[in-house]
Amino acid sequence: MPIDEIPLISAVNLSKSYGSHQVLSAVSLDVPRGEALCILGPSGSGKSTLLRCLNMLERPDEGAVFLDGALMGYEEHRGKFRELSDTLESRQRSQLGMVFQQFNLFPHMTVLENVIESPRRVLRRPKGQVLAEAHVLLDRVGLSSKAMSFPGQLSGGQQQRVAIARALAMKPKAILFDEPTSALDPEMVTEVLQVIRSLVDDGMTTIIVTHEVGFAREVCDRFVFMEDGRIVEEGASDLLGGAAAHARTREFLAKVL
Amino acid sequence: MKNLSEASPAASTTGSRQAATDSSVAAWRERALRLGSTPHTRRGVSTRVIVAVVVLLILVVAFIDFIQRPALQLDVAAKYLFAPSVLEGIANTLKLTVLSMVLALVVALLLATMRLSKNPVLRGISGLYVWFFRSIPLLVLLILWFNIAIIYPKIQLGIPFGPAWFTTDTQQIVNGFWAAVLAFGLQQAAYTSEIFRSALLAIPAGQSEAAAALGMTRRRTFFRVLLPQALKIAVPPISNDTINLLKGTSLAAFIAVPDLLYSVQTIYNRTYTIVPLLMVAAFWYALFVTVLSIGQYYLERALRRERRYVPQAQTADLTAVVTGSAGAAEALEPEPIRASREERF
Repeated sequence: MPIDEIPLISAVNLSKSYGSHQVLSAVSLDVPRGEALCILGPSGSGKSTLLRCLNMLERPDEGAVFLDGALMGYEEHRGKFRELSDTLESRQRSQLGMVFQQFNLFPHMTVLENVIESPRRVLRRPKGQVLAEAHVLLDRVGLSSKAMSFPGQLSGGQQQRVAIARALAMKPKAILFDEPTSALDPEMVTEVLQVIRSLVDDGMTTIIVTHEVGFAREVCDRFVFMEDGRIVEEGASDLLGGAAAHARTREFLAKVL
Repeated sequence: MKNLSEASPAASTTGSRQAATDSSVAAWRERALRLGSTPHTRRGVSTRVIVAVVVLLILVVAFIDFIQRPALQLDVAAKYLFAPSVLEGIANTLKLTVLSMVLALVVALLLATMRLSKNPVLRGISGLYVWFFRSIPLLVLLILWFNIAIIYPKIQLGIPFGPAWFTTDTQQIVNGFWAAVLAFGLQQAAYTSEIFRSALLAIPAGQSEAAAALGMTRRRTFFRVLLPQALKIAVPPISNDTINLLKGTSLAAFIAVPDLLYSVQTIYNRTYTIVPLLMVAAFWYALFVTVLSIGQYYLERALRRERRYVPQAQTADLTAVVTGSAGAAEALEPEPIRASREERF
């Protein structure tokens, strides 16, 4: 990783606890532009919380997140952090796409409406342009024939592909995937991973929380392994073949591979 | 059952049933095939028919007896069905219903969002409101609003305890009609706010999260994502309450608001034809409730947008995916995702 370049996403010293349970303990992470990073770890290790802190869906108790060098969710005010207004925070968040385990498509809108809603209303871009781009995106995820369908009429794999198209429509600087295939039937996992792979191939900066270790090894550049709210190992994803240094990582890989 | 166990191979090896020969198996098989093609009849069908006929007969006799009763004086009822004062009463009843419900919906939405807000004071006030208006009987509330001028004789606009820019008598503004609108609307708001609250709570948290991740502000999320979904859930109970309110407005007759019931009462107090005029009122109330019910049906259907008919090509595509024939699904998609099994990771 070149040291002289500002990382696209940087988390510094993130801590978060729910009551007495410490979910994140001073986690720091740099993701350079164009990198595909996967976060692995047993359930409850804080992977999803880390991801959700990056776009301020969850506010960390301590620490800071920077997107393209800019502080997320807060502004400095007399030596302290002050929460940004709803409007400013929303604008920041729109620069980071997010794809959820449960898809979270809007059930009362068609596939096309789901995709154009935010570019139209949040970014206030002209309708013709947004529609044309939406059709290109739906075509890219192989669902242009479903533009007028409602999410409830699609399979899980198709819904997740729409969710990816919806995130892309905002032209984000990076996309966060929170276990994108965990809610899918096995035969639908491939079609979703295929779309993610094509994004990575195009150079999109990607952070993916996943249990698909094979996919992570093949597609991602780097992995971090989390346990008990800490990053216990990180390295090139080739190491996921079995050469992981940390004993706990090896133990985990032995179980899931 | 007995035949079956005798003929089964397991039974023939137990020793005591060695008699099971080829011929007895053949005989059992023949009987099984014959029974397999015997038509089925349901138990109790004749009883059901008899019960239905008897009940219907009783109802028909009761109905014929009822409409032939002289006290009904259906000719009198027909005469007053479209009497000017009755029509005026209908207009007032409908005005009361619509105004009260609009007031209720606006206040209820405000109350529900207050109740779900992070601000404990707003939550508390909303809870207190609901507690208060659910605790007081509607009739008490109605008479209280009618006599509000006793507590607040004047309405003033100005600085509290300071000079007033505008003053008027309360009685000039809150007459019987508006007292009724306030009583019905404000109490209904308490109930409707609970409907809105539960409808909003029924929407998965992932919806707000997805909206936030797409850069929507909380306000936009509420109006574009949460409210449309919540309204769909809230329509059946709110329709129910509207129907209740329509009939409930007849209480306004207590404070001499000339609604449908009051107009009818005025007529029969003069002519002593009580029953036929109550029939007139019953007819109109039932008619409007029917219209509201039909309206509810169409409103629910319009809001169930995502279950509407999908063009044929798309449904075919969908079933192909559901039934797992990946080839058919891909054939219909212009630029298919390559999803062959070999590429599984």
